[in-house]
Amino acid sequence: MARVELESVSKSFADTTVLSGINLDIADGEFLTLVGPSGCGKSTLIRIIAGLEPQTSGQIRINGEPVDHLRPHERRVAMVFQSYALYPHMSVFANMALPLTMQRLSLWERVPLLRLFSARRRRVMPEIRREVQSVAAQLQIEPLLNRRPAQLSGGQRQRVALGRAMVRHPNAFLMDEPLSNLDAKLRVHMRSELTELHQRLKTTFIYVTHDQVEAMTMSDRVAMMDAGRILQLGTPAELYARPSNLKVAQFIGSPAINVLPVRIGDGGMVELPGSPAMIHTSLPPGSAASIGLRPEALHLLPSGSPRDGAVLNARLRRIENLGAECMLHFDLLALPGHGVIVRAASIKGLSVGEEVVLGYDIASIHLFDAKGERAEVLPISAHPAQREAATP
Amino acid sequence: MPCLQRAITRVLIHGVLMAGAAFMLLPFVWMLATSIKPPEEVFSATLRLLPTRFFGAENYSFALTQAPLLRFAINGVIVCLGILVVQLLVAIPCAYALAKLRFPGRNLLFVLVLLALAIPVQVPALPLYIALAEMELLNTYLSLMLPFLFSAFAVFLLRQFFKSYPDDIIQAARLDGMGEMEIVWRIVAPSAWPAIAAFSVFSVVAHWNDLYWPLIVITDGGMATPPLGMMLFADAETGSNYGALMAAATMLTAPLVVIFLFARRWFIAGVTMTGVK
Amino acid sequence: MSAFRLRQARIERWTGLGFVTPAMLLFMLTSLIPLAVLLGLSFTNYELGAVDTKSVGTANFAKAVADPVFRRSLGNTLLYVAIVLPGAVGLALLIAILVHGRRRSRGFYEVIYFLPVTSTLIAMATVWQFLLHPRLGPVNAFLRLLGFDEVAFLSEPHLALPTLAVVGIWQLLGFNMVLFLAGLSAISKDLYEAAEVDGCVSGLDRFLTITWPLLMPTTMFVMVTTSITAFKIFDTVAVMTRGGPMGSSEVLLYNVYLEGFQYFHMGYAAALTVIFLVFILMFSAIQSFVLERRTHY
Repeated sequence: MARVELESVSKSFADTTVLSGINLDIADGEFLTLVGPSGCGKSTLIRIIAGLEPQTSGQIRINGEPVDHLRPHERRVAMVFQSYALYPHMSVFANMALPLTMQRLSLWERVPLLRLFSARRRRVMPEIRREVQSVAAQLQIEPLLNRRPAQLSGGQRQRVALGRAMVRHPNAFLMDEPLSNLDAKLRVHMRSELTELHQRLKTTFIYVTHDQVEAMTMSDRVAMMDAGRILQLGTPAELYARPSNLKVAQFIGSPAINVLPVRIGDGGMVELPGSPAMIHTSLPPGSAASIGLRPEALHLLPSGSPRDGAVLNARLRRIENLGAECMLHFDLLALPGHGVIVRAASIKGLSVGEEVVLGYDIASIHLFDAKGERAEVLPISAHPAQREAATP
Repeated sequence: MPCLQRAITRVLIHGVLMAGAAFMLLPFVWMLATSIKPPEEVFSATLRLLPTRFFGAENYSFALTQAPLLRFAINGVIVCLGILVVQLLVAIPCAYALAKLRFPGRNLLFVLVLLALAIPVQVPALPLYIALAEMELLNTYLSLMLPFLFSAFAVFLLRQFFKSYPDDIIQAARLDGMGEMEIVWRIVAPSAWPAIAAFSVFSVVAHWNDLYWPLIVITDGGMATPPLGMMLFADAETGSNYGALMAAATMLTAPLVVIFLFARRWFIAGVTMTGVK
Repeated sequence: MSAFRLRQARIERWTGLGFVTPAMLLFMLTSLIPLAVLLGLSFTNYELGAVDTKSVGTANFAKAVADPVFRRSLGNTLLYVAIVLPGAVGLALLIAILVHGRRRSRGFYEVIYFLPVTSTLIAMATVWQFLLHPRLGPVNAFLRLLGFDEVAFLSEPHLALPTLAVVGIWQLLGFNMVLFLAGLSAISKDLYEAAEVDGCVSGLDRFLTITWPLLMPTTMFVMVTTSITAFKIFDTVAVMTRGGPMGSSEVLLYNVYLEGFQYFHMGYAAALTVIFLVFILMFSAIQSFVLERRTHY
């Protein structure tokens, strides 16, 4: 059980900066996910927390105690590797027992042959066997204890790796892309199993993934990383509903958010593409910006309905039917070269090539400035003067 | 102080490695140093490494005039290249057939290759010598090359490589109208060039340095390969002129060592491949 | 089966046979037939150029068993293997582990330790002979400097073979080191990190838990190939000692060479070669057994 704190942790090799000033406060028992594209520094960060790599500067505290000078096992954290890193020459039992034998037996009680003479070892080993068996029972891998890793399926190896982490009752579980070597179906299954495991163990989980679905479905909080920095830290719902950055908006959610370029007009008025409607912002006039619209924020307007709200004229290019719902890919008539994806419950009798009008609620717009930072959409009614100026 | 401890470990490791390296290099260093020493310094037997009087020109020119070193080297090149070319020409189609074609007797042939892998040249040496003597072919390039023309190692190694070559590409080539001969030489063999390069290095090193077989079939000094030439030269000069002897040793060792320094990767790959069996 | 498949099978059959024919002809010519002839010769008293040759049954083998020179040479060869094997394998393992951990200096050490493998052993044997020369060699000059007596490494009967073994180790070390380095590189870095998290902190623990067991197949392989190479010792003996002093460095192949190609006792030499082959095949059998087991991980 532990609270893990990171204070301005930085890491650089020679002249490349991998991590710059990471601050994180992970509560006891929390499931925190570090998510981001490959190369964003998330794996380096978890390896620094584990003690496998030193940070260049900054401090890490576990339960308030600085651990920077401690070796990995002294930090009492357990790590699950992407490759599982099971010892191929040992049985499943020996794999899971290793952390305990390292802890409880002295060197000469572990050396082959010599260890046969140790009475203490004969006393300690049954204890260890009991503990390994109880963890194996929790993970339902008891029948596998005598097998070698090579004789296991991917999912079974995954469980053994988890089991090896669990036997020690660590302060925190560190997991580096643990599901990415599994096939899609098993991955979905293990997602729920890991979530349930976390709920049962009530231990801190720090989880690294490049898969936003894993981040969204499993975590208490998500830290979205890019280029060595944390772009946004929050609950999955917050990241989805109020992305603080265009990159976060684009990374989280599937299919990805639709992004359209806009220009800031006089007085901060923003003309929406192909639509008479406007929004208002405090961004400086003349600068470029973009708006993001989630696929579910757009809907088809019945023909003949009034077009005074925020609308997009579009031509249907492709239909992806997923069964329960379908993704409609449109080309925008007002913005050649740009398209949007719309999530719809059914095809609604549309055919490819058809021109339609898409409507959306102004409140669903995410506005980002030229650097990709989130900008607030101000209510137009709050500025009647400007509204009059903009709509003569 | 883990920092200090790490520094001590590093110093210890480098100490052990440097001591070993000194042992490995000692013969080379002493060979080079002696090859430029005048006789009186060689015989004074001091521990001084560098000569006080440079005598390299004399030693090297003596070695070159007393023994046809260039001739030995040319013989070495001819024999090594001859062996290598035939080995590859014969082994590549054979390895391809064993890896990718279905024909009667394939498994038996592969077992034979495995058996051949275990037979060193010293075993067929006696009958081959008798045959060559009967045909009056001793003291020829052919006699130097004959026992090595078929390399079971080449067949084995290349078969392993060809086996992992995707069948789909071979099928596609067949559908495109390529004959099997073209498939071997234009499609499959080029893809195995790392293995071929590594094997080539392996083969050349082995036959450049081989002594046993040349010692048996060559009695004419003019046909000697570098190791045999070195031995003949050492016999003729024993005890008298170590400077020239070391100069000769330097010149006969230099070609492979220089090639090694430039193509280290392939030497090491060649060795590693003996282990991937 | 479609017509295409049938035609394809026929093409494969004939091209397959065609492709292996040159190799198999050469193999028959240079190995298989000589092997049969060798076995035949080993039961005769054939001498090169002799007019009448007759079968002598197993007399050659009986002679070998009783021949003090052969018995000594076999014993010396096995002793040589027994010295070279632990030296060339153990030291190579140590050096490989130390070199594997280097980052910048790795290439440097690799080159140095590998140098003897590429250099012409005959030339280097001549150099070693000079290095170990009782009066002129630097090794003895160094011993004198330390106040020791001169040691005649190559002309003391009990020192000659161990000295040859040291040169043998010098020659083989780099080869084995490269094999070990390949084996070490094949061990995933993740395993070491997992072991570190699990509490394997000391170098000894890491070695015992990960390196040694995972390197075991490589070690077995290196041991067998080293044994075979050492068993075939010839070059250094031919250059440095010629079997002397007093037969103390006579080895199997040198004996075969003398009997067959100097004295032209072909029948007897053939019998000795057959015995040599039996040993080599034994080593190879061990090797293929080891390779079978290697596929485990």
